[in-house]
Amino acid sequence: MNKTPFWRTTWAIMSKDLRAELRSRELVGAMLLFTLLAIMIFSFALELDRLTREEVVSGVLWVTVVFASILGLNRSMAMEREQGNMDAMLLAPIDRSAIFAGKMAGNFIFTLVVGVLLLPLTTVLYNVPVARPMLALVLLLGIWGFSTVGTLLAAMTVQTRARETLLPIVMLPVVLPLLLAAVRASNGIIADAPSEQWQAWPQVLLVIDVIYLVMCLLMFPFVVEE
Amino acid sequence: MSAVKEMPVQQTSERSEGDSMLRTRLLQGLTVITMLAVLFGAYVALFVVGTDATQGEVQRIFYFHVSAFAAAFIGFSVGVVGGALYLWKRHEKWDALALAGIEVGFTLSLINLITGMIWARPIWNTWWTWDPRLTSAAIMCLTYAAYLMLRNGIENRELRRRFASIYGILAMSTVIFTLIIIRIRPDTIHPVVIEPQIATQGAATDAEGSFTMSVTISQTLGINSFIWSVFLPLTLIWWRVRLQNAAEHVEQLKAKLLEQ
Amino acid sequence: MSETRPIIEVVDLVKAFGVMPVLRKFNLSVQRGQFVALLGPNGSGKSTLLRLLAGLSKPTAGHIRIGGWELPREAAAVRGQIGMVSHKPLLYDNLTAQENLLFFARLYNMPKSEQKMRIQEQLKRVGLDRRADDLVRTFSRGMLQRLTIARALLHQPHVLLLDEPYTGLDQDAGGVLDELLIEAHQSGHTLVMATHQLERAAQLAQRAVILSRGKLVLDIITESLSGHELAVCYSEATGAQTAS
Repeated sequence: MNKTPFWRTTWAIMSKDLRAELRSRELVGAMLLFTLLAIMIFSFALELDRLTREEVVSGVLWVTVVFASILGLNRSMAMEREQGNMDAMLLAPIDRSAIFAGKMAGNFIFTLVVGVLLLPLTTVLYNVPVARPMLALVLLLGIWGFSTVGTLLAAMTVQTRARETLLPIVMLPVVLPLLLAAVRASNGIIADAPSEQWQAWPQVLLVIDVIYLVMCLLMFPFVVEE
Repeated sequence: MSAVKEMPVQQTSERSEGDSMLRTRLLQGLTVITMLAVLFGAYVALFVVGTDATQGEVQRIFYFHVSAFAAAFIGFSVGVVGGALYLWKRHEKWDALALAGIEVGFTLSLINLITGMIWARPIWNTWWTWDPRLTSAAIMCLTYAAYLMLRNGIENRELRRRFASIYGILAMSTVIFTLIIIRIRPDTIHPVVIEPQIATQGAATDAEGSFTMSVTISQTLGINSFIWSVFLPLTLIWWRVRLQNAAEHVEQLKAKLLEQ
Repeated sequence: MSETRPIIEVVDLVKAFGVMPVLRKFNLSVQRGQFVALLGPNGSGKSTLLRLLAGLSKPTAGHIRIGGWELPREAAAVRGQIGMVSHKPLLYDNLTAQENLLFFARLYNMPKSEQKMRIQEQLKRVGLDRRADDLVRTFSRGMLQRLTIARALLHQPHVLLLDEPYTGLDQDAGGVLDELLIEAHQSGHTLVMATHQLERAAQLAQRAVILSRGKLVLDIITESLSGHELAVCYSEATGAQTAS
């Protein structure tokens, strides 16, 4: 009996997650509601006037996205652990890193959906035009990075005593480089700065994304084996 | 560096009494040498080298501040090497090495932060400022605090070692980030002290509290950094690995006792 | 693979968590088509043994061979031959019975043309063909366990490993599970089941292997034994009070 090919496994796991989510809408629903609440709370907690709004909007956007992704990651991994489904996947003749790729792809799509919906929402609520194609691209790169590191770390933290509480603590410091590059790029785009001033940042983001992806693919098998 | 890597191999293997005695003597000798070396470095930094013209006496803290970061960097690197070797070889001695490296690195990075704050009080007129460099250094410390927390949260010893190794490797990204942030965020006010001869002259002189290093200042810095990043981590990590081995031994004895 | 060679061979198996050994020099061989009950008090190493056999866990020392393949080195080859049922359902709540099985069919790289047919066949076998399109979260405990069996047998494994499959089942559901296991056994699967239910073990299994503190303490043929007799053997072997 041969191993199931990598891409078939990845596809099977991702489409399983999407199908379950399309049906229940638990995860994306919770994440969306959270982001909506977060940007409102930021708005009145910081008592933003028009000028400061423009300055802080990208920071607010990214912090919200990171926390929303943590919310989703915890849920997505808990789903595999609660019923012992991770074991069921490990029993199958598949690559361990394909489990990572499948779960990561699912998390990436969920967070991206939330992030993309957040752009017009922020535009309306903050009255700052953030719904732009370039910003969506930066969002995609940033969320890719969060999902990569997050999937690996969430697979670890669900196996600890503190479970959900531990993920933000271990994840936030590690995504800091991503966050910095993403905020810098977004600031440049929102301020309508000439592209030479910020175009290095999406490239930095891409490089970090690739480094993290390779590291996580290599290390994930160590997370799930016993 | 190579001595740091090889040391615990001898540590954990079953050994004869005489061998163990020799090793203890060696470590004690090394400890004395390290203490003398650190004192020597401190003597040079405090009494020999001239006082900085613009900053005065407080500038002397820089010798310790920079050295502590260099030493912490070595400690964290040992954490990565130990973690990777553990994942590969699955021998617990490598995890003990990684843990020792990270704990030593963590302590030294706290020294780095505290000395930085003491320096900043008279120069920047504040203990703390949300400068990118400072923030990322603080977050670096927090990352390793998270590492220790992650370890604590896992009951299963094998799982703990495995996850800690993985996280120790990932956490290095915040160390590297702290190192390079000074280059990629031009708005930092943190002075660039160790700088390869790249055209950052402008950035360095613009930053508040930066200084041009005279030969003796850079020599003092070199001496201190060398002592701190070679002798200090080596000795501390060795002691820590010994402690870990002793704790492990106690666990084994306990388990044996339970068996009967 | 010759027919006479045991399908499961365990030689001098040691598994330790940290410094605590759970299995110590454990030996076992199971013939093709045999139904073996693993008995023993909590913490005797039954679950650990099953996880090792399933390739979910790596031995500290010793050898495991399944169908002639060495674990964990040739785990990829072994995985396709093993099905596992534990006290957890290993199913997704928000998917229907059919979607759950389809997911596992894909993980086992089952040809697309066969998928539908095999899934139907399995659902029918466990009597859930009418509930194929219902969400798993609406299922009762007994139905869940039946679907779990369907999932475990979907890829037609040679060996079925069961870890306390009766946990949480009422009398009726237990009876249905009995029948399913008997049927699986009759159709040629090799079964290894960890359980606390001595009565059931005597009734269903051909052979009982009793563990205590990580060692095999008794290995007997149960075909002629009643539940009560097995219980006597059990308490003698483990030195415990008769498990009631």
